[in-house]
Amino acid sequence: MTAAVLAAAASACGGDGGDGDGSSAPGVTATTVTIGSHQPLTGPAAPGYSANSAASKAFFDYVNANGGVHGRKIVYKYVDDAYNPTQTVGVVQKLVLQDKVFAIVNGLGTPTHSKVVDYLNAQRVPDLFVASGCSCWDQPKKHPQTFGFQTDYIREGKILGDHVKKAFAGKRIAYFYQNDDFGQDGVKGLDKYIPKDQVVTRQSYQPGNTDIGAQVQAIAQAKADVVVMFSINTYTALFRLAALKLNFKPTLVVSGVGSDPITLTGLLESFAKKGGSAVEGNPLIQGIITAGYLASPGDTSNGWTQLYKKIHARYIPKLPFNGNIVYGMSVAYTFVQALQAAGPNPTRAGLVAALGKSKFTGPGLVPFAFGTGSHAGYTGAQMGTIKGQAIVPLGQPLTTDAADGPITPYTTPQPPAPANGIPPAP
Amino acid sequence: MSIDSRALFRLTLVRHTCGAVAAIAVLYVLTTTAGPYRDLQIAQAAYLTCAVAGLTVLTGLGGQISLGHGAFMAVGAYTAALLIIHQGWPLAAVLAAATGATALTGAVVGAVAARLEGPYLAGATLAFAIGLPGLANYEPLIDLLGGQNGLAVPPPVPPAGLGAAFPLERWQAWIACLGAVLTLFLLANLTRGRFGRTLRAGRDDEIAAALAGLRVARLRIVATVVSAACAGLAGGLLALVATLAAPGAFPLALSLQLIAAIIIGGLGSLAGAVWGALILVFVPTWASDAASTSGLSHNIASNLPLAIYGLVLIAVTLAFPRGLQGGLRDLGGALRRRLPPPRLPTNPPGGADEATTDDAGARPDDRGGAGGRGERVRR
Amino acid sequence: MVRFINLTLAGITSGAVFAAVALALVLIWRATRVVNFAQGAMLMITTFIAWSVIDAGGSYWLALGAALASGLVLGAVVERVVVRPVENKPHLNAVIVTLGLFVVLQAAAGMIWGDTPHSYPPAFTIRGLSVAGTWLLLSPFDLFVIGAVAAVMVALTLLFVRTDLGLKLRAAAFAPEIARLQGVRVGRMLTLGWALAALVGSLAGVLVAPSVFVGPTQFDAMLVFGFTAAVIGGLDSPAGAVVGGLLLGCALSYVSGYVSSDLVTMGALAALITVLMVRPNGLFAASGGRRV
Repeated sequence: MTAAVLAAAASACGGDGGDGDGSSAPGVTATTVTIGSHQPLTGPAAPGYSANSAASKAFFDYVNANGGVHGRKIVYKYVDDAYNPTQTVGVVQKLVLQDKVFAIVNGLGTPTHSKVVDYLNAQRVPDLFVASGCSCWDQPKKHPQTFGFQTDYIREGKILGDHVKKAFAGKRIAYFYQNDDFGQDGVKGLDKYIPKDQVVTRQSYQPGNTDIGAQVQAIAQAKADVVVMFSINTYTALFRLAALKLNFKPTLVVSGVGSDPITLTGLLESFAKKGGSAVEGNPLIQGIITAGYLASPGDTSNGWTQLYKKIHARYIPKLPFNGNIVYGMSVAYTFVQALQAAGPNPTRAGLVAALGKSKFTGPGLVPFAFGTGSHAGYTGAQMGTIKGQAIVPLGQPLTTDAADGPITPYTTPQPPAPANGIPPAP
Repeated sequence: MSIDSRALFRLTLVRHTCGAVAAIAVLYVLTTTAGPYRDLQIAQAAYLTCAVAGLTVLTGLGGQISLGHGAFMAVGAYTAALLIIHQGWPLAAVLAAATGATALTGAVVGAVAARLEGPYLAGATLAFAIGLPGLANYEPLIDLLGGQNGLAVPPPVPPAGLGAAFPLERWQAWIACLGAVLTLFLLANLTRGRFGRTLRAGRDDEIAAALAGLRVARLRIVATVVSAACAGLAGGLLALVATLAAPGAFPLALSLQLIAAIIIGGLGSLAGAVWGALILVFVPTWASDAASTSGLSHNIASNLPLAIYGLVLIAVTLAFPRGLQGGLRDLGGALRRRLPPPRLPTNPPGGADEATTDDAGARPDDRGGAGGRGERVRR
Repeated sequence: MVRFINLTLAGITSGAVFAAVALALVLIWRATRVVNFAQGAMLMITTFIAWSVIDAGGSYWLALGAALASGLVLGAVVERVVVRPVENKPHLNAVIVTLGLFVVLQAAAGMIWGDTPHSYPPAFTIRGLSVAGTWLLLSPFDLFVIGAVAAVMVALTLLFVRTDLGLKLRAAAFAPEIARLQGVRVGRMLTLGWALAALVGSLAGVLVAPSVFVGPTQFDAMLVFGFTAAVIGGLDSPAGAVVGGLLLGCALSYVSGYVSSDLVTMGALAALITVLMVRPNGLFAASGGRRV
């Protein structure tokens, strides 16, 4: 009922009325398409994540320099919300009501974006590629405008859990996870595969509190052989340091969120130099097992990485080229695909409909769920091991669902990156 | 109370009522002519005004610093959110409950804080501000409070009588503005009366006040309760305007912003509270717009709004040591002296506070005149 | 038992750093009656400067020297430029100025060095010591941290108690009028007080940097916990700052280890309230509580 009221309120605001006839969609002019996003440019989530939007912007600039999409340039307005939900609500309403953006793209964070998802759907604003692995974005009935992007944490947990169960049968396993939906959902997925009695301890941490000595010590004392971690990069590094202190040498299995070899190498750089020099990659992170759904930034033989590196060097050379850059550019690439699919006269409804029917392939190792009555993003991941600066694949890419469905191999290889870097027209 | 002072009180009440009615009229015009996004900003400024006004009474008049008002807002917001989601109470009842629950919290905090002063009080309230939102992540409470994600609140529904097309943002602005005007009206009357006088007496000379028979500790607790109630209402309004309650919405930065707002506006002045709240809402938006159109590199553009905000804090505090309201009053005083014939000092618009008029209004050129006000804070 | 020992050791190490930040706050409080909310941001800036030295190929000790020197300068400049104009104004104004400075410094760091946290090397290995086959949460670097803070504590005590300069500093802080009559240049002493405090803060930054990484927001918790420690100890007492820091470090470590890592900030609140209920002006308050 509230949705109906919001919709009524929206129509009263004007500016939205051109939606149906397709001639004057909000945010679309003859030469531009304006889209918006809320991003943590300052505050607690800025470390690492503030680079995502810069990377997306760089990719759009690249596309614009090469003629744009259907002759229109993409204007990407990303606004700081400092990862504070109150500010998210403020900036998203500003983008929708005042800046009249065509769509919200890649709004970052679960605690933040979950507070605007009802609003965006009531206003019929396309809400594409939310930057969070919460499975909650996949509710096409309740939130028809909202689409996920990255592999959700439950799917990733299932795939990691399946691997741990098979590769470490009978071993003592510990969990170390971030105490929010990221870690909690990840653990849900892990628990679907890893036998309960094999898990010797479950330790969580609160982002912001960098003193995790107590947790790591508890895990060491439980004599875990394998530690499965749903942690962000900073805390993966902090865990590694605390383990070093305790001379604790478990096998680490880390979510793709917190296993970017380049970021980890940067964080642990000073601690590895002591041992020796001239090692490719950081010795402290070698052998970490992880899962990914995009090309690894350290994999310089991959065509997508090469493309992104080229754009990075041209537009944002000062930012470190890491997983966040790959992520931001892949999102931008996918949005360009969606905008192409919406046709030469895009409307909000047309964009959502096109995405609902889409079968995009691109930088991902696995397919999107779009087009199967689902609004979930990537449907799986490929296991891998950190070797040097790259992630060496273990087996084939795997896909699954966020419920109790099976895990199945995905055999279609990753398509090569287009030569000019722009998605081929559909 | 002599006949004269009773008449004066009645006069004050009439004046405050007129002020409130005028404010409502102005806000009505503003909210109906502004677009939906402006309405939202007005709503934000309105709920912040409640919190800032409450804090300025506690700190400016009572001399008790609080770095924990963001946590009081969290109590109000969560109370409102839980009642709306689980009980479906009507708006007025929800806001009353949010105010009441926070006032209760304020009583507990006030009882602890009454013995403390200066930086010790600041430290205790700062720990309160960072400690309390952490409760939402505590395992046994996660199901109730929603953990790190917090709670999403269904937006308030404009009454059917306003028509089906009535914009939600305007309705939210009306609720928040009504709350702010009511808060300012009540606080203005409260601080003009005996409560305000005793509060200031306790602030300026604790021992003399105690000798005169005032129970200073109890007075401080009452002041904390009043102030917390305002913050609770602000939190409840935030839950309705931003439609959420989440730990990330109440960081330490929020509490520090509220303190900054009372200083920038003018310590102890209710009109200053409005200035402070307006700065909190509009400066970051303007700064953000300026940064996004600047074409600067990513690192610089991302941090520019923050830098502007910090510089504004420093510049206003240095340029107007008694806050914007004090600065305006100085300006008014200077103008009056140039305009013969001399008149009696008139009360400022919004006329909320006598604390600043008793020294500042009379001695507009004494820039350090408000020094006594900080005295109790600095111990 | 091993767990208790390890939690205590971890608490002492983090407590030593809290103590150093608390010491910086106490020095400024004693000199100018201002709680310096910019302290966390100031030590962030000096640590970034040290990081830049290392990044450019400098040694650990050169970087430490750069941090200390820049701390000294930054403290003096901040006092002269932004704090001096509000020193005779209501004291909350100074608080707001330091808050504004905190925001500006954080933004400046983001502009100059970006938001990505950087690695900072420890002076000695962080591999823990092992006693009878049990690995302790205590490394040679941790011992260095504890030792460095203890050394600063001793040096400051000697400075204040034994030297002429220390006497002038104390006189300027506690009895400026009399000091002025005696020919002490009070303004200069206050600047020196800020500079010394920032120096101690910059040491804390370099000591903690290996375990929190270097970034614009990475040191925020240091200010909060340092302030809490200073309040526990009593803001007028350098010894109190150190004791407060160690107590807080251990309390947080026990809460994290025995209760829940989600309640660490609540633990800080509980520790603070407990102490203030018994001693309203901190553990090392000169006089008793307020009579109300």
